[in-house]
Amino acid sequence: MSIEDVEARVQRAQARRERRAWAAAILSPLAAVVGVLALWEIGVRAFGVPAYILPPPSTVAVVMQSKAPLLLAHGWVSTVEIVLGYVLSIAVGVPLALATFLWPAFARSVYPLLVSSQAVPKMAVAPLFIVWFGFGLLPKVLIAFLIAFFPIVISTVVGLAAIEPEKIHLARSMGLGAAATFFKIRLPNALPSIFGGLKVAITLAVVGAVVGEFVGGDAGLGYVLMSANGSMDTALLFAGLIGLTVIGVVFYLLIELAERLALPWRSSARDGGATESM
Amino acid sequence: MEQDLVRIEGLSKVYATRGGPVRALDQVSVNARRGEFLSILGPSGCGKSTLLMIAAGLLPASSGAVLVEGKAVNQPRTDVGIVFQSPVLLEWRTALGNVLLQTEARNIDRAAAERKGRALLAAVGLAGFENKYPHELSGGMRQRVSLCRALIHEPHQLLMDEPFGALDALTRDQLTLDLQRLWNERRMTVLFVTHSISEAVFLADRVVVMTPRPGRIDRIIDIELPRPRRLAVRDTPQFAEYSREIRNLFLASGVLREA
Repeated sequence: MSIEDVEARVQRAQARRERRAWAAAILSPLAAVVGVLALWEIGVRAFGVPAYILPPPSTVAVVMQSKAPLLLAHGWVSTVEIVLGYVLSIAVGVPLALATFLWPAFARSVYPLLVSSQAVPKMAVAPLFIVWFGFGLLPKVLIAFLIAFFPIVISTVVGLAAIEPEKIHLARSMGLGAAATFFKIRLPNALPSIFGGLKVAITLAVVGAVVGEFVGGDAGLGYVLMSANGSMDTALLFAGLIGLTVIGVVFYLLIELAERLALPWRSSARDGGATESM
Repeated sequence: MEQDLVRIEGLSKVYATRGGPVRALDQVSVNARRGEFLSILGPSGCGKSTLLMIAAGLLPASSGAVLVEGKAVNQPRTDVGIVFQSPVLLEWRTALGNVLLQTEARNIDRAAAERKGRALLAAVGLAGFENKYPHELSGGMRQRVSLCRALIHEPHQLLMDEPFGALDALTRDQLTLDLQRLWNERRMTVLFVTHSISEAVFLADRVVVMTPRPGRIDRIIDIELPRPRRLAVRDTPQFAEYSREIRNLFLASGVLREA
């Protein structure tokens, strides 16, 4: 068999493999979800589980449809809180990290306080915020910010510090000043780490907003969860949970998208673009 | 002497480490003439990289001085091209982008620099790879980009720290030839640190053989092989004689131990 024939055969087999892999990547999780839903539906009915303990997925779906306007309205409130809290955590977290990196004196004095502040459980702080800031948007935004900003600070500081010393030597031998070295070399080098922190932080911002709504809520999906819990409307509880999950996943994917746009070289590395030989 | 571009005088370096002081260099003195290719050859830990870093102004000496055109080096030198053991490329810039970092830093006209950059990359066999990111290039290709970056601003001096150490033998041979050709065209002064006897003799006008730690100069050997040198020169008796002389130095100083 000539090499051309062998190559054609290998390429056909590879194409088949890729199609199968693609199908599997979509179908497997889909099948798993459908399977779980089916088991859930059948199991709940078969064992006669009361609806207030575990409603079947069909009931949850009905509730999601009938209470759609309610869920959307509260979902929107939570979304606004999350976004504001997240933006604030970046606006405060990144400068804090820069200050920590650039001024060791600042790092020595502020860092221990920062770390200790993270040990304080936010659920305990939330009622205090309600007392100070009342009900409404602000306390929830602040709690979301408090939980989300720390990973951003850490990942930024680590990213700025972790750099091949030779890169700095190179900058010096090229005559790059401190500012140019920072913006051309140190900061781009830190971006992958920073994005790691941003991805963690968005999930925490969701948590923060919900915690705030639990404690002092009159709106938002967290509030829906609390009131559904209070009235034993477990189907609505599930609907609220699904809503929050969707919001969290969508935001996370947005950050991932931002990362792909900001670091085009990195995403192609993940897909394995490297050559093995010369 | 006006011929000397770089004078290294009584250079000593002691590192203060947690395990106690480490004597890296002990009163090393050597001069590099203008346009000379000087190889610094020695075993690991003999201080040759330290010597190069001090010559580049990236590391302070403990004692002694490095003088370039009569002026002492006491801060990072920007008039050199430097190539490290690892390519040290910026992952977020393409090959051409990495080469042009050098000219951006010096505010050299972008269009002219780009022309030169592309020509250099082509000269080392990377035509067509200008827009590839480092992770898409092999180790040898990355090191070539690093070499182009060190040459694009046409420095009078090139400092190279075991640049081909991490590459496979064939790639190393090719890059050695490429380096010789580029040097021949430009005739800059080169300080080339290596641990390979064959590489040192092939490339250099003079080889500075160093002792194991603390690094001192064992001997400086004039290499009088005609230029340009082809790979086949390594099979000549003259080459073998130089290699033998160096090998005997290493056997005497304990770098190599035979039964």
